[in-house]
Amino acid sequence: MRSDYILETVRMIDEECLDIRTITMGISLLDCADADIDRSCEKIYKKITEKAKNLVKTAHDISREYGIPIINQRISVTPISLLVSVSGGDPVKYAKTLDQAAKDVGVNFIGGFSALVQKGMTPGDRALIESIPEALACTDIVCSSVNVGSTKAGINMDAVALMGKIVKQCSELTKDNGCFGASKLVVFCNAVEDNPFMAGAFHGITEADTVIHVGVSGPGVVRQAVREAGADKPMNEIAEVIKKTAFKVTRMGQLVGSLAAERLHVPFGIVDLSLAPTPAVGDSVARILEEIGLETCGGPGTTACLAMLNDAVKKGGVMASSSVGGLSGAFIPVSEDEGMIAAAASGVLTIEKLEAMTAVCSVGLDMIIIPGDTSEETIAAIIADEAAIGMINNKTTACRLIPAIGKEIGETLNFGGLLGYGPVMPVKNVKPDVMVHRGGRIPSPIHSLKN
Amino acid sequence: MRAVISVIGKDRPGILAFAANECARRGINIEDVTQKVLEDIFTMIMIVTIPEDKHEYHVFQRELEKAGEAQGLKIHVMHEDIFNAMHRI
Repeated sequence: MRSDYILETVRMIDEECLDIRTITMGISLLDCADADIDRSCEKIYKKITEKAKNLVKTAHDISREYGIPIINQRISVTPISLLVSVSGGDPVKYAKTLDQAAKDVGVNFIGGFSALVQKGMTPGDRALIESIPEALACTDIVCSSVNVGSTKAGINMDAVALMGKIVKQCSELTKDNGCFGASKLVVFCNAVEDNPFMAGAFHGITEADTVIHVGVSGPGVVRQAVREAGADKPMNEIAEVIKKTAFKVTRMGQLVGSLAAERLHVPFGIVDLSLAPTPAVGDSVARILEEIGLETCGGPGTTACLAMLNDAVKKGGVMASSSVGGLSGAFIPVSEDEGMIAAAASGVLTIEKLEAMTAVCSVGLDMIIIPGDTSEETIAAIIADEAAIGMINNKTTACRLIPAIGKEIGETLNFGGLLGYGPVMPVKNVKPDVMVHRGGRIPSPIHSLKN
Repeated sequence: MRAVISVIGKDRPGILAFAANECARRGINIEDVTQKVLEDIFTMIMIVTIPEDKHEYHVFQRELEKAGEAQGLKIHVMHEDIFNAMHRI
């Protein structure tokens, strides 16, 4: 074994924030559905605490033995709207059950308080969506997501309009607590069913009963590799450097994932090879783009650099693991990325530029703090724009917008921990109300004559 | 089962002896050692056989890393598979 390889790995972990971001256990709750909501909750609690009882310990053991930090252990479950459709009753009961079960097994987050309504809403879906603000306000670690569009189905504009209102309510109900309700809610287009990352994780109904997914991270490692390559290299060589780095990082994820699956006697699902930033210095996707050669992230050139980064990460990762899935690419959450926070605070990075960036990277308008007086119609219209990008480009897009109640442009909202902090960013103050109130559906796009 | 011990710190006499002694004290067999001093920074890599018993291995890891810290050395004990996975196709 070459000692320079060993030292490279040690340095990646010690100095460049390389880690396994999450081991996420996906658990199907379809067999917990019961016409009586209390019975249903009981079965859910029992199944989660049984299946995931060794999850946290196993992650700690692997982390210790292999010397790799594993930051989070999480659970994703079947979209709860399906259970609400069977049982009826107050969906908040499900949220409380998930919260308790997740806390009792010691995980950081549980995702799946979700509904998939890209084509239409069942009464169960509607009940769940309308309960989201209260559910997220009265629980701590439950995450919620709603899929409002897809390339195959188009965009459900009734759901989009409803989500504008729900996002706002989530913030209002938790306004004394940093508006954290909205930070646990993602509105998707083309949501993936095997995503291990929060807040958008849920366990799709096409998945096995229980699976283990792994999400790797490593923006710091990529940045260092780009820095070492030097400023005189052409872009294709930089792409090559990123690819090789992504390969190494993903191999680590593959190893950890298969070990965890083996020890927990659960099938291995996927490695999500996303570059997931944190607010820590040296763990930023924005700084990679700047390292490639931009003065500030958000200026001209940003979209091109991000497109190359995202693609190179996928190429390296696909070679490293036979089961790549989830979102896989570069995440650009503003409040969770030290470089993005700085770029937004300086005014260079705007929501409009972020929207362009989401057309070429793996997710969407993520962890963006907007003025508290932004209307629900405007929020819905931003969601519609973002969903349109996903629908037309055959990719996942999402919105996690946080209206900072009582705060104005330039003020800071702080969530703490991995969710970070950030400035309130300006939103164009013109009314999209008539369009939003039309409701209905944006039809799915044509799949030929592509230009 | 084998592990890789990496030791990094400011160079001074006795670092190799210290690490080797810590291993010997616990009956850990050293299979291979490479070391280098670059601009005053001492770097050493040891390949060792580790106990099959997980608890014993965890104790060894914790104690060695702690002992290193007390000496101003950064010591990592990591399973060899991680390096094989990352650097070999």
